Amino acid sequence: MKAMTAKEVTKKVINNEELFILDVRNETDFNDWKIEGRNFEYLNVPYFDLLDGVEPILDKIPADKELLVVCAKEGSSVMVAEMLEEAGRDASYLTGGMKSWSEYLEPVKVGDLKDGGEMYQFVRIGKGCLSYMVISNGEAAIVDATRMTDVFTDFAAEKNAEIKHVFDTHLHADHISGGRKIAEKTGASYWLPPKDAEEVTFEYNRLEDGNEVMIGSTKISIQAIYSPGHTIGSTSFVVDDQYLLSGDILFIDSIGRPDLAGKAGDWAGDLRETLYKRYKDLSGELVVMPAHFMIIEELNEDGSVSEKLGTLFANNHGLNIEDEGEFRKLVSENLPPQPNAYQEIRETNMGKISPDEEKQREMEIGPNRCAVR
Amino acid sequence: MNAAKVLDAKGLACPMPIVKTKKAIGEIESGQVLEVHTTDKGAVKDLAAWTESTGHELLKHEDDNGVLKFWIKKG
Repeated sequence: MKAMTAKEVTKKVINNEELFILDVRNETDFNDWKIEGRNFEYLNVPYFDLLDGVEPILDKIPADKELLVVCAKEGSSVMVAEMLEEAGRDASYLTGGMKSWSEYLEPVKVGDLKDGGEMYQFVRIGKGCLSYMVISNGEAAIVDATRMTDVFTDFAAEKNAEIKHVFDTHLHADHISGGRKIAEKTGASYWLPPKDAEEVTFEYNRLEDGNEVMIGSTKISIQAIYSPGHTIGSTSFVVDDQYLLSGDILFIDSIGRPDLAGKAGDWAGDLRETLYKRYKDLSGELVVMPAHFMIIEELNEDGSVSEKLGTLFANNHGLNIEDEGEFRKLVSENLPPQPNAYQEIRETNMGKISPDEEKQREMEIGPNRCAVR
Repeated sequence: MNAAKVLDAKGLACPMPIVKTKKAIGEIESGQVLEVHTTDKGAVKDLAAWTESTGHELLKHEDDNGVLKFWIKKG
């Protein structure tokens, strides 16, 4: 019996490899959220239905495919993988279970900057969150960091870069931001849009339209554009005149939902204004890098998530709804379920509550659900 | 509630709470009640699904300061 790490499974997702996943969590949890891969096959049988043995399911597991057993935290998948090995099958279990799947970040280099700097995207493959690091001449800026802050600080150290600025494009509702923690640890400035930060309990720099920040002596500019809609404060960035970090406003195959801070009706108009006017005025050559992906089809061949703004204006349904009433209807009616514990997550990001790590993990379980399609 | 047996599964991680529950329920008579104590939060959904698939009845469960308590009537 072998262990397979989240990193190894991520490689299989990106390379479109085949894998047979026996998910032994209960049916509700499996239907809510699972490991997605273009060529993955699934069988969901809860571990508690296998306590008397795996014989009843053996004929449902192809013998010629690599087999991975998955559960919530690891324990049950080890038990079931052992039983499968005793029955003569090769089986691996997922190290740390869905908990580690939710927390794994894959750093992908997404491009070079004009003066020798680099742009990295951190793909949180299990939850669909995307964070960014801009590195230039020994300095780094981070946008929309997740709570796994060591990944970012270690990465910057490896690149010999000092983290100077940490930004959140908005007050997140689906995951706990690591921005404030990274800033505290490194002495970097932490920036938040003031309109999203009215209730926060800590000091921050006001991120406002037109703000410009330089990273490294090579003048990589990070330019803020006020772009409300997902939240009232949502702000996008243009980095190095090449990349548009769109936060939760515009995704590859969908657009942001305006209801997670409770005001779908009010913000539908802002969202439309941002997408159909402010973004429309930007260069179509800008490469859009959002804060999330929802489906595995949004991944590029190298595992990154990005597309030219011009291409999105041609192909993204959410950018092509002429009738304002129809648009309003799409973004305020029949919305998908809200992310798990989203109110508690918002309060954590405001500094109002400080749940322990175990509780934070639990709050973040499941997909991000920040989009409407 | 009168339990015929109390199972202390506190501090045990998944899958042990259910493995032990299955064993303990084998030691009581049909119609009797097993009381289970665990600290594994995953047990809430899993015990509910397990009792349903095995024909037992989950009478109630409560959170007593972080200790999850379940009362299961053997089917």
